[in-house]
Amino acid sequence: MVETKSDQFLNIKNVSTAFKINGQYYDAVSNVNLEVKHDEILAIVGESGCGKSTLATTIMGLHDPEETKISGEIDFEGTDLLKLDEKGYNQFRGAKIGMIFQDPLSALNPLKRIEDQIQEVMIYHTKMTEQQRHARVIELLNQVGIEDPERTAHQFPHQLSGGMRQRIIIAIAIACKPDLIIADEPTTALDVTIQAQILDVLRDIQKENHAGIILITHDLGVVAETADRVAVMYAGQIVEQGTAAQIFNEPKHPYTRSLLRSMPQRENENDELYVIQGMVPSLQKMPKQGDRFAPRIPWIPASAHEAQPKMHDVGDNHLVRCTCYKNFYFPDQVKEGAGHESN
Amino acid sequence: MWKTILRRVLIMIPELIILSILVFLLAKAMPGDPFTGSINPKADPAQIHHLMEIHGLYDPWYQQYWNWVVHLFHGDLGMSYEYQEPVVTLIQQRGANTLWLALFTMVLTYVIGLPLGLYAAHHEGKLQDTLVRVYTYVTMSIPFFVVLVLGIWIFGYALNWFPTSGSVSATASGLGATTMSRLGHIILPGLLGALFGTVNIVQYLRSEVIDAKHSDYVRTARSKGVPMKDIYRHHIFRNSLLPIAAFAGYSITGLLGGSIFTEMVFSYPGMGLLFLNAINFRDYTVITALVLLYGFLNLMGTLLSDIVLSIVDPRVRIE
Repeated sequence: MVETKSDQFLNIKNVSTAFKINGQYYDAVSNVNLEVKHDEILAIVGESGCGKSTLATTIMGLHDPEETKISGEIDFEGTDLLKLDEKGYNQFRGAKIGMIFQDPLSALNPLKRIEDQIQEVMIYHTKMTEQQRHARVIELLNQVGIEDPERTAHQFPHQLSGGMRQRIIIAIAIACKPDLIIADEPTTALDVTIQAQILDVLRDIQKENHAGIILITHDLGVVAETADRVAVMYAGQIVEQGTAAQIFNEPKHPYTRSLLRSMPQRENENDELYVIQGMVPSLQKMPKQGDRFAPRIPWIPASAHEAQPKMHDVGDNHLVRCTCYKNFYFPDQVKEGAGHESN
Repeated sequence: MWKTILRRVLIMIPELIILSILVFLLAKAMPGDPFTGSINPKADPAQIHHLMEIHGLYDPWYQQYWNWVVHLFHGDLGMSYEYQEPVVTLIQQRGANTLWLALFTMVLTYVIGLPLGLYAAHHEGKLQDTLVRVYTYVTMSIPFFVVLVLGIWIFGYALNWFPTSGSVSATASGLGATTMSRLGHIILPGLLGALFGTVNIVQYLRSEVIDAKHSDYVRTARSKGVPMKDIYRHHIFRNSLLPIAAFAGYSITGLLGGSIFTEMVFSYPGMGLLFLNAINFRDYTVITALVLLYGFLNLMGTLLSDIVLSIVDPRVRIE
């Protein structure tokens, strides 16, 4: 079954998503190119407001068409999702694309039993009988590591802990064995021990279903633990893309390097933690020229940035936006002598 | 769920006791005594003194309270000075009138309010929504008695479509004719009450539906591939009805108390009018009985709301 599927089944080409603010459209996601293969976890990393969740909901087709303008192409197993109408999209949502949401506390309907909420997705995409659906619910609950499936199936969301609720959401997302699972910050609302368990569940499911997973997170620790490939997003653009090894061992873009440097590590536990200055520009104030990250690294001369930064292949499909990475250094390194940290 | 209801009913007992003590003490605090006005003004004060003694009015208040409660449980709330009838009989007659009007108004209110609220929320921010909102603002800002007076003037006197006073026509005989006549008398006040009282339901439902529409669980449902039409039916509508359901129990008892404005303008012989007259004529026994009854109805209203809520919302049930 797996062999017959094309290896690269999701191809996002030049996708931009613009929101209408006071009658004008502003890009929240601009010209994103990405592809996802079976059996791989692609992590999309970036700080809050960089457009990663918008990209996820764009793939899911969850935007209000009257408030957003989406361009480009999302090729999913040969179908351009962006050309589908609501009815056509519903054939994909839940069936071929499953989504796991950030906040398990509010993502479940408080008035419906767990069983009904999981069965709902099967009602729309399969011809299973009530009994078959029930059996599948129990199977799913077992798969996501729920201790007492029969009892839990009969309960309401408020009777479950946050970690259990997130497992339920995962169960809903995988109920119809989708090829693509989009996990939007699946562990952000959970404490650390539960995070690890949830990530384990995700990895197991990926192996079992040969699904491709897009894991959206701002937590580099989670990325390091799970991702095969990583795309770093900043201000709506992808600024660096490569395998997890490439990103963690040879980060190029100033933003990637700043992110990694602001992560506490054992080697530098006595140093002061690096903090990226400023914040992501709002949609209306997005710089039109130069690297969008430039205002946050003011010590780098403007001449180091390209006027319209492009993606450059620095070897083995390791893509970096803008050429400024060649001249980038951290401010404190000037005092001690520039470039003493090798990369 | 039975546990929730049982617990809720048990809580009501101390509430009722406190309510009845308060009502009793308030009645005691009213000026005057029951005899000065009802017997010959030339009567010997010693005679009044004697009557007071016989009726136990010099006993300590808790003993008097206890007597009052015992009578209460025997269905004896005393005599009305004004109507010279037992208060209980009086309330029974008026209560039935008010009940019909209240039920009719309530049903109409929901029949008008629910679709309007849902319709407005469905077209959030569009012209349809604005129209509904303008309607609610207008109906809320016009004082209700003005509406009633205008209504009775236009549809009662000018067009002569509906009767303008009373609860049943004096000439109607036989069950069918009487029922039709009763219905005819409540249509206009009921319709006006519903049209101008539905604002709560419309606005509540509208904002609840809009909240639900943008909620995370609706997004989850959409990501399951459920068509929007079904999401409205299975997720949005039911969840949005929660506050309305909670409100329902309360509003029916509010209506049972009788709308003083409506009954006054339409000279409709219900509880509201009875209460108003009792105050005008210092008919203390009736006032006391009605205050007690209103208090009781309010408690019942919250109880009813809680029970309804525990049926529709699993989160408030005790399991």
